Amino acid sequence: MDLLVQFIIDAVSVGGLYALTAIGIGLIFGVVGLVNFAYGDFVMIGAYTILLTIGFYWPVTILIAAIVLIMVALAADFVAFRPVRLASPETLMIVSFALSYTIQYSYVMMFGSLARTVNFLPAMSTNLEILGIRIAGVSILQIVATIVLTGALAAFIRFTRIGYQMRAVSENPTMARLVGVDINKVIAAAFIASALLAVTVSVLFVAQTGTMTPFLGLNLTIIGFVATVIGGMGSLVGCALGGFLVGFLTTLLQLALPADLQPFREAFVFGAVVLMLLLRPGGLIMLATARERI
Amino acid sequence: MRNDPTHSWQGIVWTFLVLGIPVAVAALLLASTGPVLARVVTDTLIKLTMVVGLYIFIGNSGIFSFGHAAFIVVGSYASAWMTIPPTFKKVILPGLPAFMQSIHLDPFTGGLVGVLLAALLAFVIGLALMRLAGIAASIASFAFFSVIVVIYNNWTGWTKGTASLVGLPVYAGPKLALAAALIAMLLALLFQYSRYGLLLRATREDAAAARAAGVEVERMRLIAFVVSAAVVAAGGVLQGHFNGALTTTANVHLNLTFLILAMLVVGGMRSLAGAVIGVAILAFVAELLRQLERGWQIGDFTITAPSGLGQVGLGIVMLVVLISRPQGLTKGREIPMPNWLSRRERQGDAELIGSTQNAR
Repeated sequence: MDLLVQFIIDAVSVGGLYALTAIGIGLIFGVVGLVNFAYGDFVMIGAYTILLTIGFYWPVTILIAAIVLIMVALAADFVAFRPVRLASPETLMIVSFALSYTIQYSYVMMFGSLARTVNFLPAMSTNLEILGIRIAGVSILQIVATIVLTGALAAFIRFTRIGYQMRAVSENPTMARLVGVDINKVIAAAFIASALLAVTVSVLFVAQTGTMTPFLGLNLTIIGFVATVIGGMGSLVGCALGGFLVGFLTTLLQLALPADLQPFREAFVFGAVVLMLLLRPGGLIMLATARERI
Repeated sequence: MRNDPTHSWQGIVWTFLVLGIPVAVAALLLASTGPVLARVVTDTLIKLTMVVGLYIFIGNSGIFSFGHAAFIVVGSYASAWMTIPPTFKKVILPGLPAFMQSIHLDPFTGGLVGVLLAALLAFVIGLALMRLAGIAASIASFAFFSVIVVIYNNWTGWTKGTASLVGLPVYAGPKLALAAALIAMLLALLFQYSRYGLLLRATREDAAAARAAGVEVERMRLIAFVVSAAVVAAGGVLQGHFNGALTTTANVHLNLTFLILAMLVVGGMRSLAGAVIGVAILAFVAELLRQLERGWQIGDFTITAPSGLGQVGLGIVMLVVLISRPQGLTKGREIPMPNWLSRRERQGDAELIGSTQNAR
């Protein structure tokens, strides 16, 4: 019984982190139609900003990281994505691929490619005992952050004016523009929202692992893609669901696979994507708007 | 497509010669100046083989693949298993089963095994992947690449895992690489000219219309995927037997993926001319930046750029080209045939243009 509860908590906390990553990617995909390879690198920039500002009181550190990430995301949109906005989705994807590569290696130039360690929010790595079950503080933080952020994002998209416009742009950009939606503003808002999600992932990631390399974004991006594909491209609920599923699958495989198959865990997870795409190419939750129309 | 010379066999010959002769002349001239440049030339020609292989699929189908590095891994390791001398193999790969230990093929047959294995893998995985289109296909190809790398990374008995596999017979030189690149180019042109290439290009322009006209979209994509995987794997085999060592490190292969994709995109991914020109330009830029990273003597000072500059430079070049010319430097056009070679062809095209304009 305890083992089961422990397993569920692990799965939910890992899944929460993946879900946040997937939502950050899915949000941009839904609104802009961009598969953002550079999203994981935003998280990496956040992690290094925390490393550089670790001396401050922790809310200040997080605030600085958030501001830096918002600026980076807006700059990426302005410099790289806006000029090719009318190009095909494939071109956008390749642009983000090039951007991701450039960001990664600029950080290699600045910080070297070796891992850096940092002790951020040490209180979070202590274990709490609730009803005889040991839970890492980070796990609780992950679960809480996931619930709060997805809730806030859902409310933002559902109830605010700009959220309303976001849904319009995501459904039909041309029509939205014709009825007077400022597309650039809406897209900037989407990038800011995804930057805020990214900074949360940075904080959780650094608090949990305490180590970083310029390449840490890569794995997150891949997991985010996997989760988005499983959940259904462009549906935020689907992204969250996909993230949790991948987290669940990873934790389950960690528990259930025999030791000599352990290293192949990732292969199973990625294999699941290919399988998923075959069985249900649209993902778990398929949007009517995502289907190709003639 | 108006000036596309690859719609006639004369045009195929023309395109092959107009791209192949400069490549061959430049490669042979540069390689004859000394061993340092000969290595650079060989490396570039191997990259050209890979880029042309990538072009066969991406250029004709319009679907980006981030997974082709998997075929490089599969092909080059298979070739290594076949060609490393058994006495040596016993020492470096003790985990290999007995029947694999005793195999010793000549370089050509060994390489062929690698290429065929990659093509077989492409066929099996392609059966699944080619049902997808657009971005989903790209992401799935990336996931496929990750699966292969994770497997090879942890399959220690066969691949030495994260350590490099050494001891491959080194036989690839500039001449062999040139031959491979030229064969790859000819293959790409013939595929483009063939009915499969033409049908695939139709699906690229409008998959729904092509399907409605009776084109078996998945089958056309699968054919191109297998051919393309085989050519890319051939490049991978050559690379293995050029460096004499192999690695399964994901970053190395991601960098290679980035480089060959950048080469294709910068030149223009929808024409063979684009592939060749992209390779030439980016190989030059990469070599320049590599020199900078190594250190640059000015008088008494040596300026050494921090490592990573090469990659950042490539990334920026790719970004700038993509943003200013999303279709690549050639805008997806082949080198047009001069009038005196293609008078009849042009007349036919003129009628075609007229009719499409009337239709509008």
